[in-house]
Amino acid sequence: MFRIIQTRQLAPTITLFEIEAPFVARKRKPGNFIMIRVDEHGERIPLTIADSDPARGTITIIVQAVGKTTKQLCALKAGEAIRDVVGPLGTPTPIQHHGTVVCVGGGVGTAELFPIARALKDAGNTVLSIVGARSHDLIILEEEMRQLSDRLFLTTDDGSYGRKGFVTDQLKDILDAGDGVHAVFAIGPLPMMKAVSVLTRSYNVHTLVSLNTIMVDGTGMCGGCRVTVNGAMKFACVDGPEFDGHAVDFDELMMRNRTYVDLERMADERHACKLAGMTREVIS
Amino acid sequence: MTTPNPLKPSERMKIPRQEPLEQDAAARSTNFLEVSFGFDMDRTIVEAQRCLDCKTPYCSDGCPVGIDIPGFIRLVLAHDYVGAVRKIREANYLPAICGRVCPQETQCEELCVMGKKLTPVAIGKLERFVADYEMREKLFQPPAITEHREEKVAIVGSGPAGLTCAAELAQKGYRVTIFEALHAVGGVLRYGIPEFRLPKEILDIETERIKALGVEIYTNFVVGRTATIDELFGEWGFSAIFLATGAGTPTFMGIPGEHLSGVYSANEFLTRVNLMGAYRFPDLDTPIRIGKSVAVIGGGNTAMDAVRTAKRLGAEKAYLIYRRSRQEMPARQEEIHHAEQEGIQLLLLTNPVRIIGNGQHWVSGIECQRMELGEPDDSGRRRPVPVQGSEFVLDVQTVVEAIGQKPNPIIQSTTPGLTTSKRGTVVTDETQKTSRQGIFAGGDLARGGATVILAMRDGKQAAAAIHDFLTAKPLA
Ligand SMILES: Cc1cc2nc3c(=O)[nH]c(=O)nc-3n(C[C@H](O)[C@H](O)[C@H](O)COP(=O)(O)OP(=O)(O)OC[C@H]3O[C@@H](n4cnc5c(N)ncnc54)[C@H](O)[C@@H]3O)c2cc1C
Ligand SMILES: Cc1cc2nc3c(=O)[nH]c(=O)nc-3n(C[C@H](O)[C@H](O)[C@H](O)COP(=O)(O)OP(=O)(O)OC[C@H]3O[C@@H](n4cnc5c(N)ncnc54)[C@H](O)[C@@H]3O)c2cc1C
Ligand code: SF4
Ligand code: SF4
Ligand code: FES
Repeated sequence: MFRIIQTRQLAPTITLFEIEAPFVARKRKPGNFIMIRVDEHGERIPLTIADSDPARGTITIIVQAVGKTTKQLCALKAGEAIRDVVGPLGTPTPIQHHGTVVCVGGGVGTAELFPIARALKDAGNTVLSIVGARSHDLIILEEEMRQLSDRLFLTTDDGSYGRKGFVTDQLKDILDAGDGVHAVFAIGPLPMMKAVSVLTRSYNVHTLVSLNTIMVDGTGMCGGCRVTVNGAMKFACVDGPEFDGHAVDFDELMMRNRTYVDLERMADERHACKLAGMTREVIS
Repeated sequence: MTTPNPLKPSERMKIPRQEPLEQDAAARSTNFLEVSFGFDMDRTIVEAQRCLDCKTPYCSDGCPVGIDIPGFIRLVLAHDYVGAVRKIREANYLPAICGRVCPQETQCEELCVMGKKLTPVAIGKLERFVADYEMREKLFQPPAITEHREEKVAIVGSGPAGLTCAAELAQKGYRVTIFEALHAVGGVLRYGIPEFRLPKEILDIETERIKALGVEIYTNFVVGRTATIDELFGEWGFSAIFLATGAGTPTFMGIPGEHLSGVYSANEFLTRVNLMGAYRFPDLDTPIRIGKSVAVIGGGNTAMDAVRTAKRLGAEKAYLIYRRSRQEMPARQEEIHHAEQEGIQLLLLTNPVRIIGNGQHWVSGIECQRMELGEPDDSGRRRPVPVQGSEFVLDVQTVVEAIGQKPNPIIQSTTPGLTTSKRGTVVTDETQKTSRQGIFAGGDLARGGATVILAMRDGKQAAAAIHDFLTAKPLA
């Protein structure tokens, strides 16, 4: 059992958790993730390690409630526990001095980007960050990103905060300014990472993306996370999750990620029904 | 010692081999309950009477861990079932498992003299009976541990190799810790072999018995990630390490269409069902997809388990596609027989060339080619060669590839100085020593895909080698 030390609501559907996991905390590097299982009946799902505190023996994860497992997780409180946590998994992000880098985060992807952006800053890069979301209330980690970035740009789809438009609009302006961008790190929904990769390819700027594939074990054992990169089959959990955005077959991955959509919805609805049933019992 | 067998050898040889009780084929192909119930007590006694109690028991030579087979059968005849299982456990700590999944026909039973002219003694079923008896009657007592030693030994991986090595070392008095990457113990016994062949309850009981020896088990611990081998030696203070991480990385055929939804590696398919309980979705959270028709590619135990699982999940048609002939199938005889009874269609001398999509990224068919057997290859088996113009398409919505696994490279790539082969296996000498002092390896990690009992043999052997290593006097 892995105890939850504290939780913090970052946005209406996004929660930060500090969890006791001393072995993971000691070893984690930017880009690593964990697999968790909330309870005995749960599914194993991957979550990025946003931060860690080896001295306290804790790790931080930031979770968006999108389906059964993440909703169940987001309902947990400090003092409660998560059944299984395993990690740190995945190949850490290669951190080096590039010069000027642009870090692009979309939605909860900003949580996955944050540790990488900080490491890039610590490695002496000039870090320009773009944080985007559908609307103002979904922008997360604004202060944290502002502190580590040389410049921070905010965009929302509906214009409720920052610039109205997509992260790629902002990115294009930066690339057009011609100040020499040496690398781009983009993490967010697949369509966003695809759009970023398409854009940066025409500027010939090296782009790293972090792929949200379906995973079961997270250790290279099932092949469920396979993606096509440069025409070759890769396992995102061990060969990635980060890959050269220009080499990834995004369309194929987007189709693969839809494999269980209806079953996921069914599990989610059942979960919601159970919760509703419980409330009814409590009321009556 | 007087033999308790009242019958003369000629009389014993007249008794036919006993048949195990089994769940009806039609019923069982829709449930996950165990297929074989094994022997009841009457059958056990009758079968035990068939044993000739040979002076030179060849059967024991065929058992990779060298169980005293006539010895335990004698105790069965004396109705001392607990004594019998204790005798077995001296050589094999997991009898309830081996009695179920050992390929006996190529091991102990192959060498049984009764098999020369008649049929061999059903050694596996006898082994299973006494193990189950002890479990049912709750008569297990952990062997006494007489010595205690200070040295700590780490076992990486909790499959049959790791569990056996742990049991052996704990009985020698070492402080043993098992590290397991998954959230549950057992390796392939947990995530690969289905409930209907090896109920997980049995594995849980056997695991408790390992813990009863004082063995500590860390699940959710990926060696190479959560801690490296060198950290286990260093800050964790282990004096020796046994690597038993198996061969868990799936290989894909490399044919077009493998990225389609509905294509699984056998490992993913079986892990979802066995480890995550997808057959109980949505009561449990992990989903699985199964089409009306399912094709499983391969001819080993893994393929057999996958195709029989597909049938149980509701596939109307379940095909097994294998490119050689029945004779060459590496699966256990009993499983092939059971699969056919359950309505699995074997497509032999058939090779898939392409998986076809329905335009919406889902599998809709698989194109295959007929094969014929040509000249023998390196393995001595006749090489299958394609028959020109024999292509045909099978309508299926799910494809499972079970064409073999290789070792997971996480440890090898994070442990300097560990020699591996071209196939990715860790190289060991005949005592399971690796190229690095204090590190031993065995089971599928050293052999590629093999069997439960060979993994256990390696575990025992490694325990002996580790004991020698830790008790050796330093050279003056
Ligand atoms: C390496 C890696 C790191 C990740 N890090 C984080 C993180 O730090 N924070 C976080 O909130 N999420 C992260 N994710 C995504 C997270 O794993 C999924 O949101 C989660 O598995 C959904 O499970 P569920 O049961 O709640 O929803 P489900 O019911 O399984 O899915 C609900 C819906 O969510 C979407 N979805 C499903 N799986 C994924 C997926 N793998 N990625 C994106 N969307 C998905 C689909 O649209 C689906 O219909 C990460 C994914 C990967 C592969
Ligand atoms: C579906 C299937 C059916 C089979 N049926 C039979 C059968 O009927 N009879 C038979 O004799 N054989 C059968 N086999 C083969 C047999 O199961 C294997 O040969 C045997 O399990 C190998 O044992 P092992 O201990 O070497 O490894 P495994 O059983 O593979 O166990 C290895 C363990 O190590 C863990 N691990 C891996 N990497 C790490 C790491 N870095 N850190 C920590 N832990 C790690 C894994 O999670 C796993 O639990 C079958 C195999 C499969 C796949
Ligand atoms: S362990 Fe396997 S090989 Fe040995 S006697 Fe039992 S069934 Fe036969
Ligand atoms: S070889 Fe067969 S008959 Fe002889 S002791 Fe072994 S089991 Fe009995
Ligand atoms: S999640 Fe199973 S291999 Fe990557």
